[in-house]
Amino acid sequence: MAPDYSPDELMTVEAARRLGNGRICFVGIGLPSAAANLARITNGADTVLIYESGTLETKPDTLPLSIGDGELCETALSTVSVPEMFRYWLQGGRIDVGFLGAAQIDKFGNINTTVIGAYNAPKTRLPGAGGAPEIASACGEVFVVMRQSRRSFVDHIDFITSFGHGDGGDHRQRLGIHTAGPQLIVTDLCVMEPEENTNEFVVTSLHPGVEKEQVSQATGWRLRFADKIATTPPPDEKDLFALRDLHARTARTHGADGTDS
Amino acid sequence: MTRAVPRQSKVKSLSDAIAANIADGDSVSLEGFTHLIPFAASHEIIRQQRKNLTLIRMTPDIIYDQMIGTGCASKLIFSWGGNPGVGSLHRFRDAVENAWPHQLELEEHSHAAMASGYDAGAAGLPFAVLRGYQGNDLVGTHSNIKFINCPFSGESLAAIPAIRPEVTVIHAQRGDKFGNVLIEGIIGVQKQAALAANRVVVTVEEIVDDLKASSNSCILPSWVINAIVEVPGGAKPSYAFGYYPRDNEFYKSWDSIARDRSHFLEWVQDNVLSAPAKNVDVA
Repeated sequence: MAPDYSPDELMTVEAARRLGNGRICFVGIGLPSAAANLARITNGADTVLIYESGTLETKPDTLPLSIGDGELCETALSTVSVPEMFRYWLQGGRIDVGFLGAAQIDKFGNINTTVIGAYNAPKTRLPGAGGAPEIASACGEVFVVMRQSRRSFVDHIDFITSFGHGDGGDHRQRLGIHTAGPQLIVTDLCVMEPEENTNEFVVTSLHPGVEKEQVSQATGWRLRFADKIATTPPPDEKDLFALRDLHARTARTHGADGTDS
Repeated sequence: MTRAVPRQSKVKSLSDAIAANIADGDSVSLEGFTHLIPFAASHEIIRQQRKNLTLIRMTPDIIYDQMIGTGCASKLIFSWGGNPGVGSLHRFRDAVENAWPHQLELEEHSHAAMASGYDAGAAGLPFAVLRGYQGNDLVGTHSNIKFINCPFSGESLAAIPAIRPEVTVIHAQRGDKFGNVLIEGIIGVQKQAALAANRVVVTVEEIVDDLKASSNSCILPSWVINAIVEVPGGAKPSYAFGYYPRDNEFYKSWDSIARDRSHFLEWVQDNVLSAPAKNVDVA
């Protein structure tokens, strides 16, 4: 019998499975960091993790609370300066996958982490860009992992912090961006991938027990579904054990519940 | 830029170092990427009630939340304004959303642009060039992001002015009395920020006779800095690799301290204004 699991656990496990093995991954803090580290632990030794604080090939035993935790540096192959990280490693085109979270995302994978409302009179001021804009443009492709709700999956984002597919189609190419951009969104309900030609995100896999209607309700745009929709495989025991163990180690270290990082 | 005599002690008290190097209206960078954030120096700036500063920092962190909330800053140049791993910086948000304690002008960038801007400043170039900002709504929120064409290939590239702080303040693990500075661990952007500035103040965990620096760990020679101050624990609640870990609990508790204006002001009164500078005065 398959073990019990939460929607968050399946989201993280599925994102880790999709990362596979043998890729060089630029990791954002929070949910992406959990998924990327799970991939490194379960998928094989050839998953290379890089954090913007300068840590190359880091293998943290616990999930970092911040992007520059000591653990990331102590377990890294080498630690470089922040300008070197962004100029040589990211802009230099040496990263396969950028792994991001978002406050708001639209159907073309454009991401807002700057403001809700008008920039000069914001309703809510969010932290801002950080490394995300150039992670989104310089990495070979971008994966997004975030919980799905109408507040976060919106028809129109208030501010483009990280350019995805813009207005869709070949908008990236027209701006002179030659990387693939967002290719995957994994949520607690489903998996979305960009439709060929339009680059609009459509549902390609529903998590077990999730209905189409439920996903549409949790999406602010008129969500479309691929012709053929898969059912996301539930996490196997090995993945679930590794994830729970990672969160437990993190909780022991940070004194937190370790479930959201 | 001041060129100091190398074989002369640059050891100062924290209050003297700040008073001599930071004036009202200066542009000031206090750098340290999560690691080695110069909190003790920022508290001295708050105690000396500096005003109208242009604060420059990639990640404003709690350190600038405190300086913004106490009214030191009129402008912020930054690229990520959150409480790492926790959420919002409430004093920063209150300044942007409600102009409290007063209006805060923003010049907002991405990390890649800020890192390149410091790099250009250190290199003595007028601007930084990067492949970035395409389709980004930050373009146009201020006048310091522009696009230029590569003179060789014609490719459109982003440009921002070199970041050149009047003063850069950093915290390091060790220094000697002449002002040679060692940093190990996450080295961030401190070297670039220091070399981009007109004046440099360094606080350190320890002033030692012999740095015992490996070939690459002395990041700044004495003749590019203006003052060195021994402040053990000067990066708390951030961390100093080899000395003490990050105080994650304080970062979490900051959320409730900073959320409320009066609670914040009480905290500043008790922990900054009424607290003496945490280093011995140097005669």
